[in-house]
Amino acid sequence: MVMSDALRVEGVNRRFGDRQVLSDVTFDVGAGRMTGFVGANGAGKTTTMRIILGVLAADSGSVTWQGTPLSTQFRRQVGYMPEERGLYPKMSVREQLVYLGRLHGLSLERVKRNAADLLDRLGLGERADDPLQQLSLGNQQRAQIAAALVHDPLLLVLDEPFSGLDPHAVDTVVGVLRERTAAGVPVLFSSHQLDVVERLCDDLVIIAGGHIRATGTREQLRTQFSEPRYELRVDGDTGWLRDQAGVTVVDLDGDRAVFDLAETADDQVVLQAALARGPVRSFGPVVPSLAEIFREVTR
Amino acid sequence: MNLLEAVRLVAARELKVKLRDKTFLFSTLFFLLFALGSSVLPAVFASGASSVAVVQASPYEQKLRDAGLEVKVVADPEKTVRDGDADAAVVDQGGKPQVVAMRDAPGDVVRSLSVAPEVHLLDPDAVDELAKFLVPFMFALVFFFTSLTFGIQIAQSVVEEKQTRMVEILVAAVPVRALLIGKVAAGGLLALAQVALIAVVSIVGSQFTDDAGDLLPLLAPAMSWFIPFFVLGFIMLAALWAAVGALVNRLEDVSNAGMPVQLLVMLPFFAVIFLGDNPTAMRILSYVPFSAPTAMPVRLFDGSAATWEPFVALVILAAAAAGALLLGARIYEGSLLRTNGRTSWSAAWRDRELRSI
Repeated sequence: MVMSDALRVEGVNRRFGDRQVLSDVTFDVGAGRMTGFVGANGAGKTTTMRIILGVLAADSGSVTWQGTPLSTQFRRQVGYMPEERGLYPKMSVREQLVYLGRLHGLSLERVKRNAADLLDRLGLGERADDPLQQLSLGNQQRAQIAAALVHDPLLLVLDEPFSGLDPHAVDTVVGVLRERTAAGVPVLFSSHQLDVVERLCDDLVIIAGGHIRATGTREQLRTQFSEPRYELRVDGDTGWLRDQAGVTVVDLDGDRAVFDLAETADDQVVLQAALARGPVRSFGPVVPSLAEIFREVTR
Repeated sequence: MNLLEAVRLVAARELKVKLRDKTFLFSTLFFLLFALGSSVLPAVFASGASSVAVVQASPYEQKLRDAGLEVKVVADPEKTVRDGDADAAVVDQGGKPQVVAMRDAPGDVVRSLSVAPEVHLLDPDAVDELAKFLVPFMFALVFFFTSLTFGIQIAQSVVEEKQTRMVEILVAAVPVRALLIGKVAAGGLLALAQVALIAVVSIVGSQFTDDAGDLLPLLAPAMSWFIPFFVLGFIMLAALWAAVGALVNRLEDVSNAGMPVQLLVMLPFFAVIFLGDNPTAMRILSYVPFSAPTAMPVRLFDGSAATWEPFVALVILAAAAAGALLLGARIYEGSLLRTNGRTSWSAAWRDRELRSI
């Protein structure tokens, strides 16, 4: 275990009735890292997050912060955004932020300042004193994020923080979250939007059927799951590739082709063969997208 | 942050929300007007002393004046009565007074001319029959209504947090106990304040009438005992109502799930009213936690309780309230995060999810 690992979930099991929802779940969330938590519906993301927060008990396993089990005192320092949104519909946004900040142990003065800052940063300044139910869904979502951040948490656990946000709002929220990671706060967030996760996360945890299928930095996973696959674009036709030694064509469409290369074959030989037939517009390895990796590991 | 501070914050929010709630403000205002009206209006509508007409130099004039009646000296008393200018007339009929009136003779006029027999009261402090019926009814009604309306509101406030999933954020920050106690405390404070306000308005209003002035000193000891019984009884029921709220997920389900608790409030209410004449029944009821808040003050009022009895009943009630709080907290913890359908009391009791890593 690396010492800089801030949060460690280790060997966590949980069953509901006779259904095992988490099996030996183990992963780390590093200090100052945005860790994306990805999995299909019902894979166990929310259960895991609830166990980290202590609102649900694990049947076995441990959750530790820098090596020590999470205390009630520490859990109060966690910023949590539950899967299903929840704030008081009839209370103003500012009031609930102040209330939540106070419940998390902050002084009134500090929580007021934090609330005002956050509301401004998230573009809710003008609506701060309106009852939550009068805000648009997107703005309610921003308020929810403010509620998770208002007490200057040491750790952020966010369940689907970007769902329901337009691209601009996503950027704003990401900006706010990046400030926190820059200060060393670890962020664990789940998402269905794999493209968003791909863009934002430093590290990834992929869960399926209650089992952790893959963990690591984004680059590690890409390397790990990229097959020796290449894409070639030329001016002419690429049909000749079918006869090239070591090449297995995956997709061929006139001037464009995607192919796998045998481990013994040399990609430069293929490139030269292409150049010998005419101009080459592009040639390079294909990096798998997160969606592809996800499909691969959760298959 | 300790438990007490968390409780204070939770209670402060509940109070703030409630004091801004128009329904709550209007109902309080309505109760106040009702209390004021029912104590003041009878005095306003009650006619004053009757007016009585007599002839010049009537031998009864002084007697009537001494009785505080409005005496009119006229030439033709009977005509004055016929004209409606006086309630009655007193004329001399062979050395004896005769009261002349249209349909029935005003009692105060008749009394002023009668000779009252001497009265010797054996138990001058005993409560009159009307008060004997009204006082238990009043105590029962106040406790019944307050614990029911505030209880349901506490249950609703729990459901609201559950329905909006606010509760997940809350239990991650503070102990479940703090939420429960904070809600019960805020509800209790408001209930007590509302009852006190209504009591003060009624007492002030009753100063306008003569009768209530006599009743008040008799009521005072029972009323001061009513307060601790009320508070503990309220806490007990409120904790159960909070548990009811935790068991359901939708506001619509509160009344259904609350049936058992509602019965615990309703049955003692009717028992105290209908068994008020039965000393043995009242004695038992005054010790049973659910009926003690009304039955014991009633027994203190009619003087049938010994000095030590309210203390014992209070201890029993306090124990029951503590038990209800523990039960409420456990049910609360066991069902707060169950969001699919209604949780049964026994499932919630068995299944305590929280904070056990």
